[in-house]
Amino acid sequence: MSADHGVGEVSLRRARWGHGETAFWLIAIAAIFVFSDRYLILTEMAWLGLFALSLDLILGYAGIVSLGHAAFFGVGAYAAGLLAVHGIVKEPILALVVAGCAAMVLGFATSFLVIRGSELSQLMVTLGIALLLRELANKFSDITGGFDGLQGIVIDPILGLFSFDIFGKVGFIYCLVVLFVLFLLARLIVHSPFGLSLRAIRNNPLRAAAIGIPVNRRLIAIYTLSAFYAGIAGALFTQTTALASLDVFSFERSADLLLVLVIGGAGYLYGGLIGAVVFRVLQDMFSSWTPQFWQFWIGLVLVLIVLIGRERMYRGVMWLPRLAMRRMTSLSRSAS
Amino acid sequence: MSIRQKTLLRVAAAGLLLGASALAAQAQDTVKIGLIVPMTGGQASTGKQIDNAVKLYMQQHGDTVAGKKIEVILKDDAAVPDNTKRLAQELIVNDKVNIIAGFGVTPAAFAAAPLATQAKVPEVVMAAGTSVITEKSPYIVRTSFTLGQSSTIIGDWAVKNGIKKVATLTSDYAPGHDALKFFKEHFTAGGGQIVEEVKVPLANPDFAPFLQRMKDAKPDAMFVFVPAGQGGNFMKQYAERGLDKSGIKVIGPGDVMDDDLLNGMGDSALGAVTAHIYSAAHPSQVNKDFVAAYKKAYNQRPGFMAVGGYDGIHLIYAALQKTGGKADGDSLIAAMKGMAWESPRGPISIDPETRDIVQNVYIRKVEKKDGELYNVEFETFKDVKDPGKTKK
Repeated sequence: MSADHGVGEVSLRRARWGHGETAFWLIAIAAIFVFSDRYLILTEMAWLGLFALSLDLILGYAGIVSLGHAAFFGVGAYAAGLLAVHGIVKEPILALVVAGCAAMVLGFATSFLVIRGSELSQLMVTLGIALLLRELANKFSDITGGFDGLQGIVIDPILGLFSFDIFGKVGFIYCLVVLFVLFLLARLIVHSPFGLSLRAIRNNPLRAAAIGIPVNRRLIAIYTLSAFYAGIAGALFTQTTALASLDVFSFERSADLLLVLVIGGAGYLYGGLIGAVVFRVLQDMFSSWTPQFWQFWIGLVLVLIVLIGRERMYRGVMWLPRLAMRRMTSLSRSAS
Repeated sequence: MSIRQKTLLRVAAAGLLLGASALAAQAQDTVKIGLIVPMTGGQASTGKQIDNAVKLYMQQHGDTVAGKKIEVILKDDAAVPDNTKRLAQELIVNDKVNIIAGFGVTPAAFAAAPLATQAKVPEVVMAAGTSVITEKSPYIVRTSFTLGQSSTIIGDWAVKNGIKKVATLTSDYAPGHDALKFFKEHFTAGGGQIVEEVKVPLANPDFAPFLQRMKDAKPDAMFVFVPAGQGGNFMKQYAERGLDKSGIKVIGPGDVMDDDLLNGMGDSALGAVTAHIYSAAHPSQVNKDFVAAYKKAYNQRPGFMAVGGYDGIHLIYAALQKTGGKADGDSLIAAMKGMAWESPRGPISIDPETRDIVQNVYIRKVEKKDGELYNVEFETFKDVKDPGKTKK
């Protein structure tokens, strides 16, 4: 990390909208017309991208690791589902916001547990929270439908105008728009002084505290925001598939999410989006080629990606151990 | 920054291109079947058996029916319902399949149901066993079984055979609840008593703490339902905890004694009495041929999931023959209703009213034959309908 020289300049340059970014979103829009027979998988990419973006906000920018991000995804998904089933909030966009807020409340409540510990305890706590929620959803099956999932979800037309079609076109455009808006917001946030302070915390929390950054409050804020994003991703999932079942909370979902971020790279917002695209494409390709052994090939490709793209992957994968080491040394220093 | 971004964009663009699979033009005289089963994950054995059985049937009967070529497109949903839904939708919209089939677990069958209704595509359920599935769409036909069919029968049988106190251990999800509900109804109506009731998490195959509770409750027998695939693990822990020596017998629907795993369970399984729709030891010629062919092709014994797949594909073949090759949803469903034939499990038919399967349920005991463990059938209940629907 080039944290020591010219942070201000670098971050200013990064904050400018580049041509690459324009091209990225143009490609995304072009996908509406080019891949008109693959809307469903494109939709999955869009919400998975948003979900990965939410993890990137805490992992890549604030250095909080999580193996249970599916907790917020799941809360968002069930919230959207329940709102639709019981007809509480009919309009999808409004329901989306409400579902996101539900996840945000949970994020805020659990943030106090999560920011207390080191990486290892963060992994355990986040994992535990997701498992707890999954079990709760299983136990309260009269509300959640238990293992069978929530039945009878019917999503109303967006703004009362666009109803979800069987081809998934409306669903995809809807997800893409939501993704874009939330992406812009995230971009604004990470390039703001607030975002820079997060990076300072990630690099060295002790120093950050020493220069007057309220470390815990900042971490709580970004964790809560990240939960909101994950909740929105979950709500998009429910609204586009009309499904919410227990596996929205599953460990696999959280673990896949980390994979997505490892593929795309953490700490620059696009990592999650690109990771989501690559991950889904690989998954789709391999599983239609060999439905039995696709996981083997995905594993192999992951290993190759890590080996070949070493430089970038090195940064993505190594900052955690490095951070842990740095913390350990700083801890031992402060202990002595 | 910009170079890195460009490379990344290139990767993304290349990825999108790869993802868009070219679609072959659909030939008029092909009937396509989208087979969606779990081929990976915890339910993989179900998917593999179904896939094997479907392939075996097509080898035996050729791939043309009534002048139409049959094409099966296999998809793995890992038993996750949103995968099932997406795959079903893509198969219907992009591949223009005429029939969707498979469905390893109940939520997967539920997830595809609205699509079947919307697109008027028959959904042939080859595995999932919750009673209400067939009511989710008028286009659903089932060739597996329902938990009610076997659970009510074993409940009646237990009462008749002097079992008074039973502790139950069932997996905590819809089929488990069905199994428990139907068993309890029939067992307690006959004067039996449930002394302990535990529900085991579906995703947690550690039975040890639950088995201890079973042992402490000292019942005459324990009623067990775990989904196919978990039976081996269950019986291992049953023996480890010494329950085989405590005189507590295992009874239940036959899922726990799946032929697939039975032989690996060891002698602790001997004497377990279960009610089920299929045993590899079923003494009919059709079954002997089926087992021999399956063993020859895949070097293992077929279980009841394989039979569900075998009968499912047979039903599709037979329906196509009856419609003379007409493959639209309404004609196929109409042809499937009331269809009756002899399956490896015995005579079966499709109930014209509920589109659910009507079949014999057999009471079987685990015995050793030629050094291998088999469920040997000793009592037959004829033409059992799904009790979940006959009540209404």
